[in-house]
Amino acid sequence: MPNIQFSQLVKQYGAVTVLENLNLDVHEGEFLVLLGPSGCGKTTLLNMLAGLLEVTSGQITIGDRDVTDLDPKDRGLAMVFQSYALYPTKTVRGNLKFGLVAQKLPKEEVERRIDWVAKLLRIEQLLDRKPSQLSGGQRQRVAIGRALVKKVGVFLFDEPLSNLDAKLRTEMRLEIKKLHHELKQTVVYVTHDQIEAMTMATRIAIMDRGVIQQIGSPDEVYEHPANIFVARFIGSPPMNVLETSLKVSGNSVQALHEPTGTRIDLSDYPFMSRPDDGLRASVGLRPENFITGNGNGSRPAAVFNLPLLYTEKTGSDATAFMTSKDDLLAARIDPGLVSKLTLGEPLALSFPREKLNVFDARTGLRM
Amino acid sequence: MTDTLANAAAIATPTVYARRKRKLRGSTVAIYAFLIMCALFFTVPLYVIIVTSFKTMLQITEGEIFSLPREWTLEPWYKAWNTLCTGAECNGIKSGFFNSLQILIPSIAISLTISSITGYALALWNVKWANTFLFILFMCAFVPFQIIMIPLIILMSKTGFYGTYLAVAVVHAILSLPLLTLIFRNFYKDIPQELMSAAMMDSGSFLRVFVEIILPMSGNIMVVVLILVITSVWNDYLVGLTFAGFSSQPMTLILANSVITSRGEVIYNVDMAAALLTAIPPLVVYFGLGRFFVQGITAGAIKG
Repeated sequence: MPNIQFSQLVKQYGAVTVLENLNLDVHEGEFLVLLGPSGCGKTTLLNMLAGLLEVTSGQITIGDRDVTDLDPKDRGLAMVFQSYALYPTKTVRGNLKFGLVAQKLPKEEVERRIDWVAKLLRIEQLLDRKPSQLSGGQRQRVAIGRALVKKVGVFLFDEPLSNLDAKLRTEMRLEIKKLHHELKQTVVYVTHDQIEAMTMATRIAIMDRGVIQQIGSPDEVYEHPANIFVARFIGSPPMNVLETSLKVSGNSVQALHEPTGTRIDLSDYPFMSRPDDGLRASVGLRPENFITGNGNGSRPAAVFNLPLLYTEKTGSDATAFMTSKDDLLAARIDPGLVSKLTLGEPLALSFPREKLNVFDARTGLRM
Repeated sequence: MTDTLANAAAIATPTVYARRKRKLRGSTVAIYAFLIMCALFFTVPLYVIIVTSFKTMLQITEGEIFSLPREWTLEPWYKAWNTLCTGAECNGIKSGFFNSLQILIPSIAISLTISSITGYALALWNVKWANTFLFILFMCAFVPFQIIMIPLIILMSKTGFYGTYLAVAVVHAILSLPLLTLIFRNFYKDIPQELMSAAMMDSGSFLRVFVEIILPMSGNIMVVVLILVITSVWNDYLVGLTFAGFSSQPMTLILANSVITSRGEVIYNVDMAAALLTAIPPLVVYFGLGRFFVQGITAGAIKG
């Protein structure tokens, strides 16, 4: 079973550089999600791996084979497309069969694999239908089936769930996750949906403007974002980022947020190197880490007392938005509390020390 | 609850509006007049041809070309098919019919095969200089046949094909290739990129993908092209005149030879029947496949 390696990969369209000097390893059997906003180069990277786009320079290896210049069919990959791309004039069986016959497999083997995959994905009764007679979820299953029957080591998914409705998307997410768990094949999965990434991935590679910003397990990228982009991109509602200046004296480090005059105590924050006094720093506070009240006795890093602008309830959760002069501050609160709040009145929230994220405001990197 | 429902029903009683009277406006009249004129332009001669072909020569000599036949006769049709004279031979137009078929069939086979595969390659595969090639094709589609006629004749005679069915068929195919290739290319351009990507990952074979995936999707456009080819090949006169040998003359040529005669009696009813016989095959194709033709065009087939 192969692992995939991109080394010094460059992709240019004329004068436009889409990917520049990209290095990435995909481990054997892992579920790697390429996550990023549209136009970040994630689909380009996937298509280059699939062989559908030419590489400008650099190398792609799968296992110990250099596949950089191989034809798509010779790379030992299978792909599921966003639009499913089922062959419209073929039946479901014909769709599953096409790739196998092209590999010149014996007839019994082809039949055996189609039976196996039909049973696995519960599409047995659909085998003689045309794609136009299937619902969206069924088409999705067939598209996944068409990839699975090829029994290759690496599966590529290009935003496969974005055309499904919310309920079906949740179902298919679980299903794909389950399949990966059973079959243990390497998966490279492209999406812009962070929930898909967080729920399915063993590792997430977050991309922006052709550069991998961070790569790590869902927990790592969530709890220790490497830079402001990752911090803001992952999490919903997004992380609050306050622009502050640092006051360093002795062992104490304080971040002062001028618009509200709030002092955030960073003395216990594990800085990578001791910060200089007066440095501009962005302090990231996840909405769900706020604790209502002024945190008596728990030594919070900061206490905010800001006027409540509005609240949002989503059944299991509620989010309160406060104005911090020029910006909004979002905090997750107990939905039972919402009815007791008055808009415009200040709401006291404290933030615990161990949940802080601090970034250098100039470089955007984690400090 | 029932009260509110009753109220709602009362409110919902539909108001009946008086139907607006359609006024016959000047512009409508003008459009109809124009359309009727256009229709007459085609139907009146057709009417004359049809009635004449069923008349006896006796009635025709009376000179009333719009009158209906007093006595309906099928004899002119029989004569046209079996005993019409071209030059010294009097074998009817039927030999021309089979000659035309022998020209048409290879011509369809050659032009459809080459143009669909070329169009597929240009639209869906990475072909170097594809756009330059397309531009040249586009220009070629506008070169009149008369300009390349003489070089083509020399070419055919040098290769020994001149005067055979195949020569006529090949020339027809060559002449139709630029336009047909463009039509196919534009049709295939609309096939989703991801479908082609999937086929590339599954098979990657140029011909297998064409035959198994692309060709089954081209039904409508095939019909459009088929109608174009059949009509142009069957109705052609000039290519047949210049490339066919004496024994491979298409139907139109035999028709012309017998109708355009400066000697002897002109047998109008037989000539008209022969003309109709010649015109029937494209008409049958058109009526049989016309439905698909319109579908093919509205599916965005012919554009650009």
